[in-house]
Amino acid sequence: MIAFEPWMMLVVSVLIFCIGLFGLIVRKNLLVMLMCVELMLNGANLSFVAFSKMHQLIEGHLSVLFVMTVAAAESAVGLGLVIALFRTLRTVDSDQIQLLRD
Amino acid sequence: MDYRLLAFFIFSTIAVLGSLMVVLKKNPVASAFSLVIVFFSFAGLYALMAAHLVAALQILVYTGAIMVLFVFVIMLLNQDNPVEDLRASSGVFKGFAALCTGALAYFLIRVALLAREVTPRGSLNDEKIEELGGNVRVISESLFSDHLFQFELTSFLLLGAIVGTIALAKRKTVKGEAGT
Repeated sequence: MIAFEPWMMLVVSVLIFCIGLFGLIVRKNLLVMLMCVELMLNGANLSFVAFSKMHQLIEGHLSVLFVMTVAAAESAVGLGLVIALFRTLRTVDSDQIQLLRD
Repeated sequence: MDYRLLAFFIFSTIAVLGSLMVVLKKNPVASAFSLVIVFFSFAGLYALMAAHLVAALQILVYTGAIMVLFVFVIMLLNQDNPVEDLRASSGVFKGFAALCTGALAYFLIRVALLAREVTPRGSLNDEKIEELGGNVRVISESLFSDHLFQFELTSFLLLGAIVGTIALAKRKTVKGEAGT
């Protein structure tokens, strides 16, 4: 009979992180790319809490609070950037943002 | 069966499937709502590890604040021509990306399995935390004593984010026209 152990959470966090990374690479919609960044941050948060539980320290929870603050700031600024880009280029496709190329 | 193991399997399966749907769904609204499901199941996983404050903040901050922001922006940028990705990009590229992230996942899971027999470095197990007054109290005491400087720094970060977002998203007003 297997019981629940905190290291099982690490496997889930790795899977979520890698799915988010895959999405960040293959998707071209800027909004979905930002969502994938949120997925990656959440995966990292889960491993913070799991390690905090395994090491019996509380610092991992504090790291999660700081990561959440950074994630909120990041999504606000990122969505502001997307809005500004959409206003000038009328698109959210990352392939069509090539102002510096031409 | 241990109910915690059962809850772990249910929540983690929902989280992994939901995050796959975030990546694979074509419509950004569908991706956003899959992300809500992922965040809720993450809150369940946190509660399973007795991280009550983090679980509550996950629902408040992520599903409450960040997702509303996402949905509003999707609504605001009502795209007349949806972005052709995922189906338009070449299979070689997608396969290569899947291979690379799969290899990364494989090695990270190897590392995670190494962490099975980790020796605890602190002494704050569940009973000790309960004795000290609960999860929230222990976190707050640590946050407002040992980590006060970092906590104050985050207020600067948020201030910078507010100023930056307003500066970015503000409509440029033409001179002479009444700006709102």
